[in-house]
This record gives sequence, structure tokens and C-alpha cells, in this order.
Amino acid sequence: MIRSDVLKSLIPVISDQFVVCNIGLPSQELHMLDDQPTNFYMLGTMGLSSSIGLGLALSQKQTIIAIDGDGSVLTNLGTLPTIGNNQADNFILLIIDNGSYGSTGDQPTYAGKKTSLTKVAEACGCDNVIECKAEDTAQVMKDAIASKKMTVIVCKCESGNIPVPNITMDQVVIRDRFMKALEAANA
Amino acid sequence: MSIHSQIVTDMVNNNIEFITTVPCKQLGGVIEEAENHNSIMHVPCNKEDEGMGLCAGAFMGGKRSAIIMQNTALGVTLNSLATLIQFYHIPLPMLISYRGELGEPVACQVEMALHTKALLNQMLIPTYHFHKREDAAELDKILKYTFMCNKPVAILTDATFWKGE
Repeated sequence: MIRSDVLKSLIPVISDQFVVCNIGLPSQELHMLDDQPTNFYMLGTMGLSSSIGLGLALSQKQTIIAIDGDGSVLTNLGTLPTIGNNQADNFILLIIDNGSYGSTGDQPTYAGKKTSLTKVAEACGCDNVIECKAEDTAQVMKDAIASKKMTVIVCKCESGNIPVPNITMDQVVIRDRFMKALEAANA
Repeated sequence: MSIHSQIVTDMVNNNIEFITTVPCKQLGGVIEEAENHNSIMHVPCNKEDEGMGLCAGAFMGGKRSAIIMQNTALGVTLNSLATLIQFYHIPLPMLISYRGELGEPVACQVEMALHTKALLNQMLIPTYHFHKREDAAELDKILKYTFMCNKPVAILTDATFWKGE
């Protein structure tokens, strides 16, 4: 399974959840598969999906799922100690680890070589770190949502991309509809 | 009231509830006030661009946020400022220690000081410079302005300001 297959398998589980999605192809794929006001698409700023997700989780009650990639987490590795030391039981970080920088042409990442993001996350103080196979991700996510415990999921999948259209929705619309949906859920 | 609690009080009075910081000797008193204030959630970050992600998230979650950082880190935040904070119209007060100004003992700090206002100007970020203690009287208006226009706004605070000269 490649990342788009993983996202497709996740749709029934995350469609009604608040999701922050990583820059580039992951956001474009999620947008194509299941555009929802509850999705916040990052159109720029590689590496900050997990930070935006944690800030969201710490500031309100709804469960927040941040979808990130191995390359993006490596870009912002300082995020893992911040997550590990600021317990937010309404926060789930899903790292789709395909061992490559998918959006830029599948150049290999160090996570696809000797570096284990699972072990890095554990060493950074994240208590519930689950490494899973691509085909198990939907069930692991379902369990993580039900557990109401901060969870880091490292989904190991294959490298590869599908053709997807760019997101043309205005960024302020993306932000505004997400905030309105979140505010309504918290009301 | 100390200058540190005056600054944090202005932030609280403007409904700032989430503050992220990277340590700084000059800003230590403000950071301590933020940490101890019961209506502020203080989440230290490891790098300032990470902090801007946290602030963006907190804002979208309904809490006004602010970042406390040094000017030496401005360079690492430029992409986050442009593609996240400015692009998505997110208000972000940035209380910045302006190292490398008069009274600076470390020569290397001067190098980023020379670029600080030029970078902020290039990024079209409204910038205020606190040099004398009385300059802090404008903080309340600066914060209101930030949340009125949904932009990042820089507040540079130099060594003379912190010494109270």
C-alpha cells in the first residue's frame, strides 16, 4: 500500500474527525478523497502539521488528528519532545512513513534507512507509540480515537504517488470553515 | 508592578491564553510570569518555527496566542511567517528580544540585529521597537491592532528597555 491507499482506508474512520493534513500530496489526496470542513489542509510550511495539531489539541476539547510524513517530522524533529512533554489526550499524530519525500519525487529519507521514528518518538517521551503495517492503520486509528489517550502512530507503507489535482480553495476559507466546524463541535 | 508583569497583564487583558517561548535572558522575567499566570497556557517550544505552528493551532482552537523569542531566530521563522501566519491570516504578537543593540556585550549578536528590522520590513510585518520603559505603554494598543488585522506583529525589546534606563 502507498500513502494514498492508506488515506483511502482511513476515510471511514477519520471523515467525521478534525484533521490537520501535511503539505503537498497528502493534503491533495485527502482533499480529493473526502473534502470536509473538518479538514485543515496545509498548503505550505513543511514540518508543522504536528505542531499545529498539538496547538489545536491543547486549546480545546475535540480530538485532533495530525497527518504527517516521515520527511516532515524529520524537518521538525523538535516537535516530538514538545508532544511528549505536553500531554494532550485528544491528540493523535499519524506519521505516514513511506521512507521518502513523496511530494518532491520520492527521494529517500533517513527514516527509510537507519532511523526509526518510532524509537525517536518513544525516546522523546511520547507514551503511546504504535508502529503498524499500512493495512492495519485504519483499525489502529479507530482504537486510538476510542482510547482517548495521546497516541503517535507510525504507519510503515510503500513509497509512491498517484496523480492528484492541486487544491484551489482559498486558504482563508479552509481556515475559516475548519474553525467554524470546531467551534460548533465545542459549543 | 514590574515590567514583566505589566507585559503579561496586557497580554491577559487582550485575551491571550496560549504562549510559546524559546528561552532568552532578557525575556526571562516575562517567560516566568507567563509560566506562573493561571490564565495562560505556557508551552515551551524547541524552535521558533515550531512555536508558530503551535500558535496557529491554538488560535484555530479558539485561544489567542503569542510567541516570545529572540531576534536571532527570525531567519528560521520566515517561511512559517509567510506560508502559515500571513497566508492564513492568523494574528500573532511576537515579543522579541532585540539582541545586538546598545549595551550588547556579544559581537556576534550584532550581526542579526543589523538584519532584524530589514527582514521584518521585507516581510511587511508591522514592527514596534521598545527602547525606553514608557514605550511599553503602547503594548495594549499593539495587541488590539494585531487581533484587529489578523497579522503577525513584531515588538522588539532592546537591552536599554530591559535595563529601564
